[in-house]
Amino acid sequence: MTKPTRIRAQSNGAVATVSVQMAHAMESGRRKSATGQLVPAWYIQQVTATLNGQVVLSAQWGTAVAQNPYLQFVVRGAKAGDKIGIDWTDNHGITRSDEATVL
Amino acid sequence: MSRRDALQRAVHVAGLLAACGLRPALAANNSRAAFDALSVDAALRALGAGSIPEESGAVTLTAPDIAENGAVVPIGVASELAGIRSLVILVEKNPSILCAVFHTSDAVLARIATRIKMDQSSAVYAVALMHDNKAFFARKEVQVSVGGCGE
Repeated sequence: MTKPTRIRAQSNGAVATVSVQMAHAMESGRRKSATGQLVPAWYIQQVTATLNGQVVLSAQWGTAVAQNPYLQFVVRGAKAGDKIGIDWTDNHGITRSDEATVL
Repeated sequence: MSRRDALQRAVHVAGLLAACGLRPALAANNSRAAFDALSVDAALRALGAGSIPEESGAVTLTAPDIAENGAVVPIGVASELAGIRSLVILVEKNPSILCAVFHTSDAVLARIATRIKMDQSSAVYAVALMHDNKAFFARKEVQVSVGGCGE
C-alpha cells in the first residue's frame, strides 16, 4: 500500500506555488540493512504534475532523490479552485495519483 | 559486451541521434540511460545536450555550503532564460551522478526545489537544457558532514 502524497497549492492570483511531499522509501540499492544485506533499489522514477488534467511538469528521478521526496514548483495561471494532480511511478511499477485544490 | 561498453555505446548513439535532431522522441526513453552515466558530461549528452555546457549566471543553484546530513540536502534550481526544456541536477561524486531531470513547460516557471542525497562532499551542478540543445549550468561545492546512507 502506498501512502497519500501531500500537496499544498497556494495561488496569489497570477501563479500558484505547489509544495509536494511523496511518501516513499527511495532505497538506492546501496544501503545495507541491520543484518548486513543490501536493501534492493526501490525508488520513484517518474513524476507527473497536472493542472486541471493538463501536464505542466514531468520529472525523471534516479536513486539520489531523498527519502519521502519533496518537490516545489510554480504554476502559471493557476487560481483558487483549480486542481493540481501529482502522479508517480516507481521502479517496481507501483503507481500513485493524488489531487489537491489550489487555495 | 561489457556493461561499460554497452553504456558507452548507448551514450554514443544518444549523441548521434541528438545530432540528427531526433532528440524529442528520446527525451522519455533515453533519460533512463542517462542515469547510468559515469560523468557529468556523459549524463548531459545522454539527455541530448548538443554542445559543451557553458557556465552561466542566468542559472541559479541554491544549495547549502555545508550539509550536516547527506541524506537530505535541499537544492533549488532556477533560471530566467527563455526556451528551457529541462532542468537537471547532478552530483559529481555520487555513485549515480544524475540525480533528477525536470521537464518544464510554458505553464510552469523554471524554478524547482527538492531534496537530494549526497554520498560525500562534491560539486553539485544545476543545468538548464534548452530547446536548441544548448546547456547552461551553475556549479557549487557542497561539504557533506555525514554521507547519505548508501547513496
